[in-house]
Amino acid sequence: MNSFGPRLAKLMRSRETSILLAFVAVVAVTTAVNPTFLFSPDGWRNLLANPSILIVLAVGEAFVIITKSVDLSVGSIMGLTAFLVGSVYIAWPTMPPVLAFVVGVAFGCALGFVNGGLVAVAKVPGMVITLGTLYAFRGVNIMWAGSRRINASELSPDFLAIGNAQILRLPLITIMAVLVLLGAAWYLRNMRSGREFYAIGSAPAAAELYGLPTRRRMLAAFMVSGAMAGLAGVLFAARYGTVASNAGSNYELQAIGAAVIGGVAIVGGSGTVIGAAFGALLLTTINSALPVLGIQSFWQRAVVGVLIIGAIVLDRVLAQRQKRRLVAERMTP
Amino acid sequence: MNSTGPTLLLRDVSKRFGSVVALRDGQLTLEPGSIHALVGENGAGKSTLVKIIAGVIQRDSGVFELEGAPVNFKTTAESKASGIAVIYQEPTLFPDLSVTENVFMGRQPVGRFGRIDRAGMRSQVVELLDRLGVSIDPDRPAQGLSIADQQIIEIAKAISLDAKAVLMDEPTAALSGVEVDRLFAVARGLRDEGRALAFISHRFDEVFALCDTITVMRDGSYISTQPIAQTSVPQIVRLMVGRDVKELFPKVEAPIGQTRLEVKSLSSPGVFDSIDFEVKAGEIVALSGLVGAGRSEVARAIFGVDPYTTGQVLVDGQPLPPGSPTAAIKAGLALVPEDRRLQGLVMDQSIASNVTDVIRRRLTRASVITRRRENIAAGTWAEALEIKCAALDSAAGTLSGGNQQKLVLAKWLASQPKILIIDEPTRGIDVGTKSEVHRRMSELAGQGIAILMISSELPEVLGMADRVLVMREGRLTAQFSRAEATADAVMFASTHALKEVA
Repeated sequence: MNSFGPRLAKLMRSRETSILLAFVAVVAVTTAVNPTFLFSPDGWRNLLANPSILIVLAVGEAFVIITKSVDLSVGSIMGLTAFLVGSVYIAWPTMPPVLAFVVGVAFGCALGFVNGGLVAVAKVPGMVITLGTLYAFRGVNIMWAGSRRINASELSPDFLAIGNAQILRLPLITIMAVLVLLGAAWYLRNMRSGREFYAIGSAPAAAELYGLPTRRRMLAAFMVSGAMAGLAGVLFAARYGTVASNAGSNYELQAIGAAVIGGVAIVGGSGTVIGAAFGALLLTTINSALPVLGIQSFWQRAVVGVLIIGAIVLDRVLAQRQKRRLVAERMTP
Repeated sequence: MNSTGPTLLLRDVSKRFGSVVALRDGQLTLEPGSIHALVGENGAGKSTLVKIIAGVIQRDSGVFELEGAPVNFKTTAESKASGIAVIYQEPTLFPDLSVTENVFMGRQPVGRFGRIDRAGMRSQVVELLDRLGVSIDPDRPAQGLSIADQQIIEIAKAISLDAKAVLMDEPTAALSGVEVDRLFAVARGLRDEGRALAFISHRFDEVFALCDTITVMRDGSYISTQPIAQTSVPQIVRLMVGRDVKELFPKVEAPIGQTRLEVKSLSSPGVFDSIDFEVKAGEIVALSGLVGAGRSEVARAIFGVDPYTTGQVLVDGQPLPPGSPTAAIKAGLALVPEDRRLQGLVMDQSIASNVTDVIRRRLTRASVITRRRENIAAGTWAEALEIKCAALDSAAGTLSGGNQQKLVLAKWLASQPKILIIDEPTRGIDVGTKSEVHRRMSELAGQGIAILMISSELPEVLGMADRVLVMREGRLTAQFSRAEATADAVMFASTHALKEVA
């Protein structure tokens, strides 16, 4: 059986470990420059709470990318859901917060069903379909909201409390994001249907010949992505309190970036949601660390770009090295 | 298990793809505890039959019974659930997943809450691989495994499925001697357990060593089934080739000129090795052999689509730079690829613009091309080849298979090549169009064009070629003049590595 030694070596080599080390390094350097980055109640809370929304989005996005597709519409779904939840609160100010989550997740899931349905039935690449729905969902949002924005005063205090509540000094939304993450990770690792996402992404033609339900899984991946974007929308409304028609813009690119940085290969079939979540953690933290370090906002975007390209190049190099190693292994028995 | 009737029975099964009939009356009866050989030339309909059994495609008509009960598989999942395991020509593994997961994908053993029992799954795979006598790390990803290893994993899959019927479509094509022996031992083991096996292969020595019954197919039709003990290789070859082939092909003798194309010890590791031959003006040279022998790869390397590591290609004595199709076209080479849908035509574009694809530069004036000039140029060729179409500006995809083939030919002839390489010139087209394409080829040779024809159809090879080269597993194994070339000799050279080129 597996012994401890090789397992530890594998853990140390994993992408998750290197991302986590990079995260620790960023936090350490920034804190050295400005101790309040970590050692103040606000700093601590922001460090944990800020990435939560992106973590949830990246988990959903990872499902789609693992299945060898991509979902560009998650930012629009998130914005539309946030606005919907706000509007429901205006109509029914005393709605229990739990219902807000149910509404948001169900609505996001429904929009994901639209994406997945079009991809699975029309057999058009996900990138094209979701590029369309990115604009379509955003368009609906703008048509509906116009220049109106939902303010914190229009939401129920119970709901807003969720955005700031802490349990044992851990922000509640962080706990939620982590629970969702662990659930997704467990599912993808341990369930038959979870493994099928990997199989389909690894070799779609083989999956078809094998008799795996490729269409159903494809649809499911987009529904999960939509549901996660819906959840992110609810969290967004609870944390920030104000929702305008542009809420969630550009989040789709961050979500894809986070997944890719975290080792979810853009060609499908490999990577983990844990990695994607760590990618989101690193991306958000770098974004908030750079201003503290006095780096101009122009450079902040460039850094993110370098990080994404670096991750993809690293993936490619590692994949080729592994391929060579695996071939060599079989040549010399 | 039902010991009285056959495990699998197909009768009068037909399948057509558009206007092409792939299977006319397929017939196959697999008995439990038997290994059944299915042989026939390429395109005889064997793979179509296997795909119908696997549920990849559905039959148009005919009887299909599993253990006496009629079945209609709509998906591969259904046929698998009924106990049919199919090992395809090309292994279908998931490169990113571990060997263990590949064996059990979709039906992993599960514990509580549907959780996959990883340890249990792993130990089952270790046991399976032990039984097959191979040492493959069950935790490594499938990526990087040799074809032989991948086949072994496919077989492990079939065994773990506890299949009633196991169909193997040319499983030994890429295996070495030791690996073949191991595979046969496993196959005999499965037979002795009372399973029904079908074995598709072109290697007669293997067929006769392993199987007890043999079914021959030809041109999509069932020909015969007989016990293997009552037949012989020459008899089977005769049944496979069938008709009297020479008269079908309007080959006209053309004067043979100087050497046009010369290939000198061309090698690409693992694909083909020290390929030497030449083609003279006015000559049709056939490159024969089985699918996967490396013929198309050699053609692609000559044309510069694929790289090669050593060797040289000379056109009229001048060396051709490797890896540059542009230079090859300039030197007067043309390649009509095998898969015309993918590599030969732009299906959504008009017939005219497809024809003028290669010669576009010549048609332009100040970098501008007019529809008129294009239509005039294309019209000449469409007429010469009698392409049946509604209009020159209808899309290439609307043409029938035979006319598509002629269109690809027109496209390359428009470039007025000195050397024409044509890969499977008549694959998937009907008999009438076939002889027309053959007549054109013969005419072209008469005009002094050097033609290298890759073909898996024996009658075509024997009927058209001035010289026949045979490739087997990446090497040239035999060379015959038109007089020497017989169906038996070429088929024998394709399946045995005995006679080396001097």
